[in-house]
Amino acid sequence: MQEFEPKIVAFVCNWCTYAGADLTGTSRIKYSANVKIIRFPCTGRIDFMILMKAFENGADGIIVSGCHPNDCHYSTGNFHARRRWIVFRNLLNFTGIDTERIQFSWVSAAEGFKWADVVNNTTKKIREIGPYENYNKIAVSTLFKEEGATNE
Amino acid sequence: MSDLIKKVTALLNDKTINAFIGYEKGSADRIRAIFARTEDQAQKLVLNAFCTQNLAGYLMKHEVKKLGKLGILANVAALRSIMQLASEFQIKDGEVYVLFANADGSLTEFTDFKSIETFLQTTDTGIKSEEQEMIAKLESMTVNERWLFWNKEFEKCIKCYACRAACPMCYCHRCTTDVNQPQWIPVASHELGNLDYHLMRAMHLAGRCVNCGECATACPMDIPLNLLTYQLINPIKATFGATAGMKADAMYALSTYKPDDKENFII
Repeated sequence: MQEFEPKIVAFVCNWCTYAGADLTGTSRIKYSANVKIIRFPCTGRIDFMILMKAFENGADGIIVSGCHPNDCHYSTGNFHARRRWIVFRNLLNFTGIDTERIQFSWVSAAEGFKWADVVNNTTKKIREIGPYENYNKIAVSTLFKEEGATNE
Repeated sequence: MSDLIKKVTALLNDKTINAFIGYEKGSADRIRAIFARTEDQAQKLVLNAFCTQNLAGYLMKHEVKKLGKLGILANVAALRSIMQLASEFQIKDGEVYVLFANADGSLTEFTDFKSIETFLQTTDTGIKSEEQEMIAKLESMTVNERWLFWNKEFEKCIKCYACRAACPMCYCHRCTTDVNQPQWIPVASHELGNLDYHLMRAMHLAGRCVNCGECATACPMDIPLNLLTYQLINPIKATFGATAGMKADAMYALSTYKPDDKENFII
């Protein structure tokens, strides 16, 4: 049987992790191709609704990554984001959403190796856990398959 | 003539307030809210064991705001709602005249926020024990069991938004639910739309919920909605040291930060 290839969406900040991922590439470090990177101005901009949209559209795992504390380009964006994630993770856990599938990390623009590790490890973990069947059952594609309509 | 009617009549006559939000007799045994603007209307005010609704939910409705200076008959939850609204700059000190109904039926006047803060410090504002038990029961389940539990509960949701209308903290003129570009919350009440709506509601109330329970009381489908926001109260208190609705100048836990906030999941 063919091995399960998880769909992973990475929400990263423009100033640190996106530049870090760029460094991974320019350093010719190979990492898992399962990840789709979406660039944000700051981790403070990554609204919790955006993470939910990723699961709704069929993601099996999510990576959220930004500047290390004290390194935010806008001084405080990642501090606010950290508080929001602490609360949001609690809520997700309480409503039965698998928080193992969301990996939060700090990756700076100099940490090309770390980015490769984060992606590879997350991909490995999600591959072991398997497809996110609970969410896939209610995902956009499943709900609207019969009507042929879209959510837009 | 009860003390309440006497007091409110006097307040209306000397124009201290233009309208008083209290309870009146509804159909059958029910109690409903009344917005007394005249002496005659004030005669209808009642105060009994059924008067449990958190009337602070009306303070932010624009139809009520238009009535002028407001007085309100408050319970503990309403006092906390007023404190939280004050901390969010929605009510100014002295803007609302507060009458608090004590357990023995006597009335306490609160004319400023300071006196409410002092009163709340010595009052039991915690979550009811049966609700705590329910939260503990859910927390002891596996993630998948919780998913199934909430799936079953959310299945009942008809998206009437009564929870939103009843909540004293849901006063946004334009709710995320009503935004359609982009359509954050699917309009239909299918599994996805319901899950999205309730997670969004809980997250927007995180750190602001004053555990009055109006959302669950208002729910026509008996979904234990209050648990979603209640269970966040303790972690937010433990992690950030913040409790909603206790001080008029409190900072909302999610709009501030400490450089050394502790977490154990970010690598």
